[in-house]
Amino acid sequence: MSIRTPLARVRGLGSAKSGTGHFWHQRLTALANVPLTIGFIVILVSLLGRNHAAVVQILGSPLVAIVMLLFIGSVTYHMKIGMQVVIEDYVHDETWKFAAVIANIFFAIIVAAAAAYAMLKLSFGV
Amino acid sequence: MANTDLSGAKNRPLSPHLSIYKPTLTMMMSIVHRVTGMALYAGTLLLVWWLLAAASGPNAYMKVQWFMGTLVGEVILFGYTWALIHHMFGGIRHFIWDTGHGFGPTEREWLVRVGLAGSIVTTVILWVVGYAVMGGSR
Repeated sequence: MSIRTPLARVRGLGSAKSGTGHFWHQRLTALANVPLTIGFIVILVSLLGRNHAAVVQILGSPLVAIVMLLFIGSVTYHMKIGMQVVIEDYVHDETWKFAAVIANIFFAIIVAAAAAYAMLKLSFGV
Repeated sequence: MANTDLSGAKNRPLSPHLSIYKPTLTMMMSIVHRVTGMALYAGTLLLVWWLLAAASGPNAYMKVQWFMGTLVGEVILFGYTWALIHHMFGGIRHFIWDTGHGFGPTEREWLVRVGLAGSIVTTVILWVVGYAVMGGSR
């Protein structure tokens, strides 16, 4: 038996049982995505048509690699939250919804890990 | 919950869905924002392929360059850049709306028009610049 009031228990939770955390994180990563996406596009255009050696050299340089790593982190987290909203809106069967939410989290983490690994290898390894 | 009998739940009237409303530009842009978001989600696989190929070596990288040079590859890349920029413009519009501004009947129409025109113009400029860069001697 809890002595908390019903309002205190429900406050900040909402239908997703996690309150407005997703809303806030979606806005936070969206804000970060604006300069990072512009940086990513500048990097992409400057790499167009270059051969492998030049691409490796540019992608592995500190400033470019840091922008790319931040871009990868912010974008994959942003898209994980966004796709979860889509799943919660359109997948009504509880089992499928649960499976889709899990698959979405795994997909975002795999994309982030693979892209970050490639960037780190370009920076330190080869 | 006091009443757990949900037998009548299936018979309750539903609120009207999309099909009943006259399509408006703000509605279309809302849908496109979600669609571009989902397209970008799938498009991250291209990003991963590109970066892993660069990290793997010249042969793997040549395959990516070959694919991006085909008509299908260029269409996908063009669509990806437009989706990225359109979603970014849409996000900035949502930031304005988050502050409580821009909801007036003329303001909201103006915002979505600028977003749509801006994303198309920016994407075309980017590709023109991209081709100009590629045209140079490397």
